[in-house]
Amino acid sequence: MINKEVSSTAVAVADIFDGATVMVGGFGEAGSPIELIHALIDQGATNLTVVNNNTGSGEVGLAALIKAGRVSKMICSYPRSMNSTVFPELYRSGAIELELVPQGTLAERIRAGGAGIPAFYTATCVGTILEEGKERRTIDGQDYVLEYGLKADFSLIKSFKSDPYGNLIYNKTARNFAPPMAMAGAITIVQTGEMVAAGELDPEVIVTPGIFVNRVVVVPNPAHESVLVAEGVTYP
Amino acid sequence: MKSEKPVMGLSRDEMAQRVAMDIPNGSYVNLGIGIPERITRFVPDGREFIYHTENGLLGMGPSPEEGVGEPELINAGKRQVTALAGASYFQHPDSFAMIRGGHLDLCVLGALQVASNGDLANWSVGGPDAIPAVGGAMDLVAGVKSVFVVTQHCTKTGEPKLIEACTYPLTGPGVVNRIYTDLAVIDITADGFQLVELSPGVSFEYVAERTGAPLIPIS
Repeated sequence: MINKEVSSTAVAVADIFDGATVMVGGFGEAGSPIELIHALIDQGATNLTVVNNNTGSGEVGLAALIKAGRVSKMICSYPRSMNSTVFPELYRSGAIELELVPQGTLAERIRAGGAGIPAFYTATCVGTILEEGKERRTIDGQDYVLEYGLKADFSLIKSFKSDPYGNLIYNKTARNFAPPMAMAGAITIVQTGEMVAAGELDPEVIVTPGIFVNRVVVVPNPAHESVLVAEGVTYP
Repeated sequence: MKSEKPVMGLSRDEMAQRVAMDIPNGSYVNLGIGIPERITRFVPDGREFIYHTENGLLGMGPSPEEGVGEPELINAGKRQVTALAGASYFQHPDSFAMIRGGHLDLCVLGALQVASNGDLANWSVGGPDAIPAVGGAMDLVAGVKSVFVVTQHCTKTGEPKLIEACTYPLTGPGVVNRIYTDLAVIDITADGFQLVELSPGVSFEYVAERTGAPLIPIS
């Protein structure tokens, strides 16, 4: 029987290489795969391009990866948040590049990348400064801009439950970017709160089919970013 | 958040209440951060609005009681919320398909500036030191059927926010349908700012003086 479970977060992220593009799930702290990100900090890969809606908070998880100097470019929609200081400081000093993408365009670029769609037209950002450098086309009398699909060498996501085939379900609004990122990552790595036997997840309610998943590591009781930040925790 | 009664015009809660009066029963609504969030407290009797939050929840309910919130049940402002009976969770591409595909009836947003042609600026002041952050604002104004703005009529330093042309970077061109301020309700028309309603005790001249483009009186 196929079993995608690996033994540790360290094993799960071991082959992430310098210069890789890494998609990281989560909207704010909901769905953030903190334990996988911490394993990536320990692993040492650098010069990463990271795709995430935000840039983390405090000095844990994604913010800690950025603070450690491992990220040369962020692709995101909202790099400011409460308790977010790491990215703004590096951005102002010119130490990190930012590609700002409207949130829905970011989601669709990731979905398209994972679905074999190289590019698409959208009305979002027409007539704004974010249209600069993009091809415009009029379709049925309305203006649209061309946006390209996004793919990644690795995607790091968090699920509520998984089975050995990598079929996934999520927890409430933690789902957010995980399903499209699972599709868009050449290697998709999942931290799951619980591993259940094949057949225990109702096929009618599986959100991410296992074909999009390569590795699963069980992280019971994952940390919550807001709790760590409130406690003043920093990583490493 | 301030809640005291201003010298003239509506308080923030009264502005939110005034917007709520204009939302049809059964509307699917996305609310921006700030005054728009207060609209949930003023749903008129006999109406039900279904709130969409773009991070992936339809059927959003109020904030949870102290101590029972969940870090993974949040709204687009990253604050903890609840899910009402009949709610659904979904992934981001589906959430923005609701927006981009024209399935939402209305969004109510804050504003830095609104121009008389309906241009909206509400995401960046464009300074060299500003961290640009757009979130879902450009998707919302490009895709939702109706866009209402609720805002103070002037900035804290007394500058008009309703003007001839936005000086801040646009969120979208020609996207605003109606503006609710502490002083008035104003529609965007082909001829510019059309007064719809004055707040109690506020004169046309008072509003016109504080509006940075011609204000068309009620005919």
